[in-house]
Amino acid sequence: MKFTLSWLKEHLETDASLDEIVEKLTMIGLEVEEVSDRAARLAHFKIAKVLEAEQHPNADRLKVLKVDPGTGETLQIVCGAPNARAGLVGVLGRPGDYVPGIDITLSVGKIRDVESFGMMCSERELELSDEHDGIIDLPEDAPVGESYATWAGLDDPIIEIGLTPNRPDCTGVYGIARDLAAAGIGKLKERSHTQIKGSFPCPTEVSLEFGATQPLCKAFGLRMVRGVKNGPSPKWMQDRLRAIGLRPINTLVDITNYMTFDQGRPLHVFDAAKVKGDLVVRRGVKGETIDGLNGKSYEVDDSVCVIADDQGLESLGGILGGEVSGCTESTSDVLIESALWDEDGIAATGRKLGVNTDARYRFERGVDPDYMLPGLEAATKMVLDLCGGESSEVVQAGEVPDTSKIIEFPYSEVKRLAGVDVAVVEMNMTLRALGFWVSGSGDTVKVAPPSWRPDVEGKADLVEEIVRIIGLDRVPNTPLPRQGSVSGKVLTAGQIRRNKARRTLATRGLNEAVTWSFISEDRADLFGGGDAALKLANPISSDMSDMRPSLLPGLLAAAQRNADRGYGDVGLFEVGQVFAGDKPEEQSMVASGVRRGTATLDGAGRHWSGTAKPVDVFDAKADAVAALAAIGAPVDKLQVYTDAPNYFHPGRSGTLKLGPKNTLAVFGELHPRTLRALDIEGPLAVFEVLLDNLPQPKGKGGRSKGALNASGLMPVRRDFAFVVDKGLSAETLLKAARGADKTLINDVTLFDIYEGPGVDEGKKSLAIDVVLQPRQKTLTDEEIDGISQKIISAVKKATGGELRG
Amino acid sequence: MSDLNTLETDLIAAIENADSETGLEEIRVAALGKKGSISEQMKTLGKMSPEERKTMGPALNGLKAKITDAIAARKAVLEESALEARLANETVDVTLPLRPSPAETGRIHPVSQVIDELTAIFADMGFSIAEGPDIETDELNFTSLNFPEGHPAREMHDTFFFNEKEDGERLLLRTHTSPVQIRTMRDQEPPIRVIIPGRTYRCDSDQTHTPMFHQVEGLVIDKESHFGHLKWILEEFCKAFFEVDDIKMRFRPSFFPFTEPSMEVDIQCDRSGAEVKIGEGADWLEILGCGMVHPNVIRNCGLDPDVYQGFAWGMGIDRIAMLKYGMPDLRAFFDADVRWIQHYGFRPLDLPTLFGGLSS
Repeated sequence: MKFTLSWLKEHLETDASLDEIVEKLTMIGLEVEEVSDRAARLAHFKIAKVLEAEQHPNADRLKVLKVDPGTGETLQIVCGAPNARAGLVGVLGRPGDYVPGIDITLSVGKIRDVESFGMMCSERELELSDEHDGIIDLPEDAPVGESYATWAGLDDPIIEIGLTPNRPDCTGVYGIARDLAAAGIGKLKERSHTQIKGSFPCPTEVSLEFGATQPLCKAFGLRMVRGVKNGPSPKWMQDRLRAIGLRPINTLVDITNYMTFDQGRPLHVFDAAKVKGDLVVRRGVKGETIDGLNGKSYEVDDSVCVIADDQGLESLGGILGGEVSGCTESTSDVLIESALWDEDGIAATGRKLGVNTDARYRFERGVDPDYMLPGLEAATKMVLDLCGGESSEVVQAGEVPDTSKIIEFPYSEVKRLAGVDVAVVEMNMTLRALGFWVSGSGDTVKVAPPSWRPDVEGKADLVEEIVRIIGLDRVPNTPLPRQGSVSGKVLTAGQIRRNKARRTLATRGLNEAVTWSFISEDRADLFGGGDAALKLANPISSDMSDMRPSLLPGLLAAAQRNADRGYGDVGLFEVGQVFAGDKPEEQSMVASGVRRGTATLDGAGRHWSGTAKPVDVFDAKADAVAALAAIGAPVDKLQVYTDAPNYFHPGRSGTLKLGPKNTLAVFGELHPRTLRALDIEGPLAVFEVLLDNLPQPKGKGGRSKGALNASGLMPVRRDFAFVVDKGLSAETLLKAARGADKTLINDVTLFDIYEGPGVDEGKKSLAIDVVLQPRQKTLTDEEIDGISQKIISAVKKATGGELRG
Repeated sequence: MSDLNTLETDLIAAIENADSETGLEEIRVAALGKKGSISEQMKTLGKMSPEERKTMGPALNGLKAKITDAIAARKAVLEESALEARLANETVDVTLPLRPSPAETGRIHPVSQVIDELTAIFADMGFSIAEGPDIETDELNFTSLNFPEGHPAREMHDTFFFNEKEDGERLLLRTHTSPVQIRTMRDQEPPIRVIIPGRTYRCDSDQTHTPMFHQVEGLVIDKESHFGHLKWILEEFCKAFFEVDDIKMRFRPSFFPFTEPSMEVDIQCDRSGAEVKIGEGADWLEILGCGMVHPNVIRNCGLDPDVYQGFAWGMGIDRIAMLKYGMPDLRAFFDADVRWIQHYGFRPLDLPTLFGGLSS
């Protein structure tokens, strides 16, 4: 919402400065977004007259002007405008002047060897309009040497406020003045309610025809003024309309625009000569079309409210007038419409047809119903004053609805909700100044909001009205009482897990990324997603169409982007949500990571201490296990399976499970087909830890870690090498060895894997180091041999492996 | 006696010249060993007359002691130089650069760090952390938050929708964290003090808007909390979060469907330089929206707005991160450019706490 200072003062008697007004507007909830003072910005630009215009000696399209700036000198200026000519009176910028439209401070220049001491400006260069076909061409009698801005009436600051959708009353300057007056900035000049007596019946009838359907128009007032003379509107009106970015058309049209911004009351004018028969306000019929005044054509249906006559559609009710019956300079009889439209209908139509107008903006927020007829009267008066003519009586269809309501208002609500003490007299004064009716005495009174405040529903709204006008800074800061003395744990188990996984992965040299929750359909499909329920109906782009089933597509794309920038050895992770379905319980938290190139735990790239190897499945496995350990998973009890999803390399991937069905993590290298489908390059090692799959620990009493059971006896170590089938998983052998004697065997580590000469084809040798921890007494050689035999036979039983000779 | 003098001179010279411990040992054996020159002389003492013995005894013993000492001294010298040589040989170039250790190179994303900072501050004020799903119902995202059907305020949210289901339900991506207010009030008995950080989505993309961003919502519901408390909380929060002793704040009336009265909050800052400085200067910067929870919202959660009251606020996590840590472009938050993460990210063990300072 834009207006000028002088426009505001039309309705507000005040001595307040621009700064005070701007500050107060913001502090009562009418946030000032911009104040533009064109006079200050254009102060240097003077009216000047072109005395001569000669062809430039070295350029066909340029002219060399001799310009009289009104100071007695004559300036030489090179100019390329097609309308530059001797005798033209225009606007001059001189060296040192800042030209806002082209963001340049002028200096003395030389253009094709001819010196130029300034420029004659176009409207666009002064940010007055988009006009740039030529330089400004003023009337011949414009005073040479004077400030252009002052002469052109630009010394009127423009104020733009960001209006919240609850304040339709402030879509007009009058409403803004009312708010300011209530807040102590001056006195509101009450608008006059003239009533113009018609001298003949309105020859055009109007009816609302909605049958059994929801009426999209509540009431409709219409009157004719005949014998008008429609020319350009007066300069003051044109100046104001231009200042807020509107293009003056002709007086009748300008009056409707002026009323829209002055009173927040959109109107429409029809050229009566072009209206055939009576007006019917009804729902559109599929297939009907209308050419709007904005030059665009719209096809309507039965959700759209239209005004029709015998020849077809004349208007999109409350949104846009039709071109057919638009008023022109030749209009002599005009029909003025002031109507009340259904807010939701307006919003729906505007959305559906994609048309935004100043009328739609107001009607969908709610225009003052009680001002429908007074607005029509005010517009009629303006038409009579500016265009002459003779007015008919008003015809009205439908009834203006009674929107009055009474709110029971206990004054104590202000203290209860806002925490500030305000005297009753001040509350009453404030409400009344805003147009509220307050009645009664005692602690609770009856308050009726004015018809222009559809947003006010109850007590809380009245509290807001009072505190916003008296000033929110009057509310004292009040400490929130502490609950108890020491704050307890505030994070849920899931939040704690995420934090632990996050910080653990970062200590492993990985960088935390945050990638989009939505990915392309192809990528979702590739990673097990693509469910129809998880596709956005209105994605911002096809790359962001499906909710992600995995964090990997986003991380892999990010890793590739880094590689493309020259950072190929990169480790990234993310802790975030993935979606298996659209229900809340189908959203789960995952910690996933990607290592690319040689970004291993020990470092990346070449180094004097040793060159890093390319990442592989074991880097991913280590990350997954570290994250699981951090969140409290029993990592020594996890089982490793080789059933990772099909986007993994089938021979270089695995899953970590707690029991055969509960997968806690997947890890590995990617399937070559996955790399090809994503158009990315490896080496890549990735993992996904499914944080929510780990069962919550059972609540054990106490925090004690129990006694440490450390033996005083030296552990004994024995090495064994077994020849087993090449395909045997090491885990099978290790498990057998560990299980051979559960009391004495403390640890079993695999320290060598060998294939080659000395070991038969199809076999491999696995060497293990077994640590025996005696508990009661030192072990004898016989006892150690006995355990060794148990290990050998247990391994043989489980794997068929023989001790290597 | 002169023989002894000669012997001593020769031996001392030999000891001084010995250049290895083996050579020195040979000299020792040759002088003091069983058949050594001094040992041989000692053997002759028995055959001497008592007078001779009286002079030769002490002389020989003196010589033996002198030579023993000289050998020990020389040995120490030789050992010392052998050690020197070994150390010289073992010397490496300690200026050789290290491989960066993983805990040094990994980084936490600023959004996570800022959420931890928020948690530290609000946990101290007795708030818990609540969360909710990203995919929400229209009812929770709008209707129960007092957004009427077709109201322009709904339009302003640029909502991402899913396709309509057979039963007519149309799910959406939450446009704010406020639906979790409703979930919390419906699940939990007052008094309620929660903050709600999370991902939010709007169909919007330019330098200052991304289709996904992070918000944190605060909610207090009890029987007495009012706007004065809200002002206090937000001011305390801003001082703690921006780590400044004092901060000027400006509360402006505004409009949100789910609060009444509603306010927007500006903080004092200095925007004259390249970076925004919080807590000084003469400019204002909007950082959050807030208000008293609308009676309709309280009612929609099954509570009586004449008994229960409270307030809520919401702000952009990415935005306050940018203000505090000086990132110029929101879009970079979601680009995973490792140079950006390394520059703006946080060390993995720098956990924000109030007792240790949020960011120091």
